[in-house]
Amino acid sequence: MKVKLSSLLWMLPAAFLFFFFLVPLGNILLVMATRSGVVSTNAIFQPLWFTIWQAALSMLLTLALGLPAAFVFARYNFAGKGVLRLLTTLPFILPTVVVAAGFTALLGPRGLVNGWLMQAFNLQNPPIAFMNTLGAILIAHVFYNTSVVIRVVGSALVQFDPRIEEAGRVLGGSPWRVFREVTLPLLRPSILVAALMVFLFDFTSFGVILLLGGPRFATLEVSIYSQTLSMLNLRMAGLLSFIQLACTIGITLLYTRLNGKRSVPLMPRLRGETVRTPKSIFEKTAVGLMVTVLVVLLVSPLAALALKSVLQTDAATQTSSLTLAYYRELFINRNDAFFYVPPAKAALNSLFYAAVTVLISVGLGLTASYALVRQRGLKRWLDPLIMLPLGTSAVTLGLGFLITFNKPPLDVSSFPLLIPLAHSLVALPFVVRTIQPALASIPASLGESAASLGASPWRVWRELELPIIRRAVMVGVIFSFTLSLGEFGATSFLARPDTPTLPVAIYRFLSQPGAMNYGQAMAMATLLMLVCALAIGLLDKLQVEGRGSVNSDL
Amino acid sequence: MSQLEIINIHKNYEGKPLLKGINLSVESGETLCLLGRSGSGKSTLLRIVAGLESADRGDLLWNGESICDVPTWQRQFGLMFQDYALFPHMNVSENVAFGLRMAGMKKVEIAPLVNEALELVNMSAFAKRQVTDLSGGEQQRIALARALAPHPRLLMLDEPLAALDRALRLELQDELRGLLHKTGIPAIYVTHDQEEAFVLGDRVAILSDGLVEQSGSPEAVYKFPKNRSVAEFLGMTNLVDGKVVATEPLQVETALGILTSSNCRMSNVKIGDQQLLLVQTTGAERPTTQDGSNRILGIVTECFFRGDDFKVTLNCCELFFEFSLSERCEVGQSITIQVPDSSVVCLET
Repeated sequence: MKVKLSSLLWMLPAAFLFFFFLVPLGNILLVMATRSGVVSTNAIFQPLWFTIWQAALSMLLTLALGLPAAFVFARYNFAGKGVLRLLTTLPFILPTVVVAAGFTALLGPRGLVNGWLMQAFNLQNPPIAFMNTLGAILIAHVFYNTSVVIRVVGSALVQFDPRIEEAGRVLGGSPWRVFREVTLPLLRPSILVAALMVFLFDFTSFGVILLLGGPRFATLEVSIYSQTLSMLNLRMAGLLSFIQLACTIGITLLYTRLNGKRSVPLMPRLRGETVRTPKSIFEKTAVGLMVTVLVVLLVSPLAALALKSVLQTDAATQTSSLTLAYYRELFINRNDAFFYVPPAKAALNSLFYAAVTVLISVGLGLTASYALVRQRGLKRWLDPLIMLPLGTSAVTLGLGFLITFNKPPLDVSSFPLLIPLAHSLVALPFVVRTIQPALASIPASLGESAASLGASPWRVWRELELPIIRRAVMVGVIFSFTLSLGEFGATSFLARPDTPTLPVAIYRFLSQPGAMNYGQAMAMATLLMLVCALAIGLLDKLQVEGRGSVNSDL
Repeated sequence: MSQLEIINIHKNYEGKPLLKGINLSVESGETLCLLGRSGSGKSTLLRIVAGLESADRGDLLWNGESICDVPTWQRQFGLMFQDYALFPHMNVSENVAFGLRMAGMKKVEIAPLVNEALELVNMSAFAKRQVTDLSGGEQQRIALARALAPHPRLLMLDEPLAALDRALRLELQDELRGLLHKTGIPAIYVTHDQEEAFVLGDRVAILSDGLVEQSGSPEAVYKFPKNRSVAEFLGMTNLVDGKVVATEPLQVETALGILTSSNCRMSNVKIGDQQLLLVQTTGAERPTTQDGSNRILGIVTECFFRGDDFKVTLNCCELFFEFSLSERCEVGQSITIQVPDSSVVCLET
């Protein structure tokens, strides 16, 4: 019997995940068990405890802002709602270095707010100490994850049948009792899912802690990083990674179980039926306040970032002027420092890595999607395997890569594709989750009828399947490209000093003194932000044309 | 005195007038059927009575007192939604108990009332079932039990049978009728199905173009539809226009010849006036003699068997009329039909 070549498609993604995910993970365990190194319980429990409570606190703050925001989005029409909705998608794609740079530009010692205050009150030192505080970490986490709550809980609210609440009111329930006994219990699964998702994101937060928290705060992720790169204690790093992995897999499993329960059979409603314009003064105030808070939270750091990238402050006169000097400087090669890499070079590196990531992740994503759709039996094990990197932190991936691929030709210094391979691991789950449903929506009869009309398999693919999945593939391309451009966690392990990516360069420039370094960091972060904004715009356009939603599944 | 009075209710929807001054009343123990096409505003009127929406203008009186400012949850009205709106996170008896709990009753008081309500709709065996496992008809009964359990002062039903198939609809229609009379709770029943309205209503009100076109007992509305729009809504299409040639008895010259009506409730009809007539389909027969009034000549364009009778469509001078006849006619055959004077009704134009 002849084996159909297409039935072996699954081997490609499976082999990729085996070599670049399972083997590195196994190596972390191996290193933990076999390497020598000082293991101190203090070095485990301190970061573990801090990781848990900062994640819990961030989650609570995020819910406190996100839940009312989700209600406002789901229930009210207001001016600029579309723009604000688009703004809330920004954090899904914005690299941590950009957000960190944004908050630095807004509230850091050189930041806008401190600058204004110093000028207004003639102060010698910046009055607001924001950098390297717990507050900075919490605010950045709220910035990132409020959107998650708005998305998850908001979509549940939009589907919510308003008649169920009305039935409660007609039966004598006051608005508060109906909310407590009808609305809230029905939303509880969605709220839990959102909370868990936010907790997981905060739990594995790396860039934010490193850039905004400073040396005083170490989560598990940051500890893994410092144990590996500064203390060279791989055993300890492996152990921390293992603990981290156990926690994240536990949370992910819990999430998956809860997410399955989430689909309460609510009757689907016509879109927009529940949405109305705020009427009473109370409603108007609440909606206005909510919108203001969201705009300030989401826009102010990004606006500050853009502004600081073109603002030059004269130290002597304390006056600011507009300048493009930082941008110009990006392209000037000043070879006066050891390991100095001009930012333009870093940007080129990033673009190259991003392009390779798109090729790998979309190529494998297509293969995996076809395999999953054509061979139902694979769903049981290949699908969870593809999703597994989602529950693994980027830092753990980076560590795994670093200790696995340490001999030429497969090592950091001689094999430039390790970074895009790591990025592809992170991007693959999203790509598959985007392409596979589009592919699965094509009924088999479509290809069969085309074949009966004389179309060869190639023509069937080109003229039927490709046009149908093209939009999903485009979404996958844009998403993996942007993800790679901004990835920081794994890259910080794998980027060689002489070939940094843009985020790594931003991190370096931010941690160096001097107005020029600071300004260049701002300029680079601004450019990265603009690319992300462009990507969001494209994704939004693709979503408007199709009906599918990308981000709601993330 | 009427228990509920709906006075001059106006409501705009997306800038367009939907209700243009509705006046209606419900007497104690009475079932009022609101009949209207979809989009006629009948559900909106119900929602206004329930307090889920507010009227732009007008008043609602309960036993003579305005209830416009009473919030929904304090009105003690029951409303049964078209798609039932059962609480998916509660089982059957929890759904039925909800209104009783809201009324501040204790557990021991609630249990027997829940049972009573479930018995009323023959669903006692389902008390512990999840509402999501129920069929459409079962959900419908639970929704009714839930609305009835707190003994509302007024029960409102918004197309409660619309989502069900025909056989089940007919069965539940009879059950509902019995139930509404047994409980004695005044009710407003909204439907677009005239048959349902006639079976269930003590009184029928026809809503069209934002106004109550006609209200009265089912027989009265059926026998004397007020105008063209009511007649057409009730599916009566045998309409013909003509000029009054005599008033005692009323005779109108139409394209079909002179028609005599003994069924005119309009006063001050004068010779020479234009008059719209409805020729009812029932009571028509093929005459055996040559004399008598209301003889209509036409060519059979369609004839089919309906069970009790034949539905015959006649082309009378390019006006198409439908009649129920007891015998089959051949298509293309030219026949004469005679209707009694009482089957010719004057309508307002």
